[in-house]
Amino acid sequence: MAQMNMIQALNSALDVMMERDPKVLTFGEDVGYFGGVFRVTDGLQKKYGLKRCFDTPIAEGGIVGVAVGMGAYGLRPVAEIQFADYIYPGLDQIISEAARLRYRTAGEFTSPITIRSPYGGGIYGGQTHSQSPEAIFTHVAGLKTVIPSTPYDAKGLLISAIEDDDPVMFFEPKRIYNGPFDGNHSRPVTPWAKHPASEVPEGHYSIPLGKAAVVREGGAVTVLAYGTMVHVAIGAAEATGIDAEVVDLRTIWPVDIETIEASVKKTGRCVIVHEATRTSGFGAELSALVQERCFYHLEAPIERVTGFDTPYPHSFEWNYFPGPIRVGSALRRVMEA
Amino acid sequence: MSRRNSRPLSLHIPEPPSRPGDEADFSHFEIPAAGVVARPDTAVAASEIRDMVHTLVRVLDDDGRAVGPWDPKLDADTLRQALRAMMLTRAFDERMYRQQRQGKTSFYMKCTGEEAVACAAAMAIDSDDMCFPTYRQQGLLVTRGYSMVDMMCQIYSNERDPLKGRQLPIMYSSKAAGFFSISGNLGTQVPQAVGWAMASAYSEDTRIAAAWTGEGATAEGDFHYAMTFATVYRAPVIINVVNNQWAISSYSGIAGGDEATFAARAIGYGMAGLRVDGNDFLAVYAATRWAAERARTNQGPTLIEHFTYRAEGHSTSDDPARYRPSEEAKRWPLGDPIERLKQHLVAIGEWDDERHAALGKELVEQGKAAGREAESYGTLSGENVVQADSMFEDVFKEVPWHLVEQRDQAEAERQAWHK
Repeated sequence: MAQMNMIQALNSALDVMMERDPKVLTFGEDVGYFGGVFRVTDGLQKKYGLKRCFDTPIAEGGIVGVAVGMGAYGLRPVAEIQFADYIYPGLDQIISEAARLRYRTAGEFTSPITIRSPYGGGIYGGQTHSQSPEAIFTHVAGLKTVIPSTPYDAKGLLISAIEDDDPVMFFEPKRIYNGPFDGNHSRPVTPWAKHPASEVPEGHYSIPLGKAAVVREGGAVTVLAYGTMVHVAIGAAEATGIDAEVVDLRTIWPVDIETIEASVKKTGRCVIVHEATRTSGFGAELSALVQERCFYHLEAPIERVTGFDTPYPHSFEWNYFPGPIRVGSALRRVMEA
Repeated sequence: MSRRNSRPLSLHIPEPPSRPGDEADFSHFEIPAAGVVARPDTAVAASEIRDMVHTLVRVLDDDGRAVGPWDPKLDADTLRQALRAMMLTRAFDERMYRQQRQGKTSFYMKCTGEEAVACAAAMAIDSDDMCFPTYRQQGLLVTRGYSMVDMMCQIYSNERDPLKGRQLPIMYSSKAAGFFSISGNLGTQVPQAVGWAMASAYSEDTRIAAAWTGEGATAEGDFHYAMTFATVYRAPVIINVVNNQWAISSYSGIAGGDEATFAARAIGYGMAGLRVDGNDFLAVYAATRWAAERARTNQGPTLIEHFTYRAEGHSTSDDPARYRPSEEAKRWPLGDPIERLKQHLVAIGEWDDERHAALGKELVEQGKAAGREAESYGTLSGENVVQADSMFEDVFKEVPWHLVEQRDQAEAERQAWHK
């Protein structure tokens, strides 16, 4: 075991996979010599050589298109999109190509590729360094979408993503790269070192895709969350003293419906939280699934706590971010209903 | 700074020289004589051959003789094999066009007049080199000996369709034939070909990749991503731009062809570029060999513009008489690729009209026989369409819970409804 923050854990996952499998390579903007703007690929070029970890032109459509071609050849490329906000030029290659290749070729060609990208707000990144576009990818047939919330999960899930034979979108909550931020922005962030999930095995291990984790047990209300919001939800439960069960989805699609269903049937209440904008966000899908499966167990309307339906603002970041006040208020409302 | 006295700006919208009712006009094309363009060494620096993008590599002259340094000097058997591949491609097209008109499938696309582009390339590269085609390179499959019955079964979405009824007719895919799945979202295959080629180089393989795109889709970002990545990483890839003058109803000027040749796109990227007579089998073959040699020796990518003409409509859903002069195809100054290769074989004493007619008949029969077999497995309008229960497979490697639920619910509803 070693103590790692999320960046180090992700770096370790890449290191382990590049060591084990010569078909694994990684590339993206500033990924090579410099090691990535968030340092996730730090040292990999030095250790594995230029051709296994290299810089690319600023062209997300090209990065993904080239990854699809490499996957068709039989490699397992891990492409980094520097910020999730930059992923849109690559959407055609992700949606029309990577996601559908297995289907349209009846399984002859596949896209065993992983697309990593830091996402989410809370870093004063403004409109182009703060977005949470994960719902787009859950709407596409043929993609898996993964979002870890701790260093331990980040490494185990990234290893699973790389080993998976289908394309995986791997979004990294950059606000918690260095510590489990609970949404209290005026307080200094506790470093990962003080969190048990910073104990990370140095070698290979994996966490299966499609499996959620109950990270806080409770009997009064189920909170469905992923990424940074897992820690905000835990903080809000503690601040309100409400006996909330927090389910960390980890893989948002295909989602672990059994864990969700079991928890909501137990608690009879459900609050869904994500940073992304509300309308047609992934919370809408979760809400529909809970309603379809748990309707007769619900004692209160399902609440969604999300980013507002505005572009991500710069200077009003903490008015926008769905922090502890908004999550705590929703918890109180569903308990009072 | 006052602009009060400046004249109003005007917006330029390009228009082709002729429209329906006009005389077809190709007088603005500069067509050099066959044999006059020099053939540089394949190790030449891209910067030393920039003039190649403004001329036209041609081997077959007006009398059917092969002339100049690009003559690949193929033996007569190979030339006859080439003629057969192009004629078979055309026979296949004509048959499938008729079957579509009879309602046996929803859609078809012919490559009439462009057979040399695909057939010559397929003969010039190795059979295990990887092709990333667009939708008018059926000649690659035909030349590589892929089963015509399988092609037809794909078009009919029948029970033997290798793609299980999931793809629009003619969007073939065959790993064994080195033919990547065709995408209707144009241009996407070009960066994929570059990625495949990079993977081949990464793996210290010896195989190269080749991509095809129409001139219209060179305006897509994907084409430019591909050009950048191919040059930056010196990918062993051939990027073919099939300039057949028309992108559905938009002439090549709408894609920027009036201002520069498509081959000239190579210059800005520092890539080697060639421009060839796409209706001249020998020129396409020689240019492809040249580019393949560069790719195989780590000299990097080549852009080849194939200057050709789409002699028929875009697809069975298109009527070109609505936007271009109806006799334009007949006026195309570079002739027909099959007629030109035939003329060459006759000129060198290796072919005659009788053998040509006999071959034509044989190939039509071959197409008929394949058609009878394919149709015995079903057609889109008939009974034996591929079973819809495979619809939920291959979305992922394993069928996840939500697709199991959707499949089961659909089946349960269907059964309950028919009770």
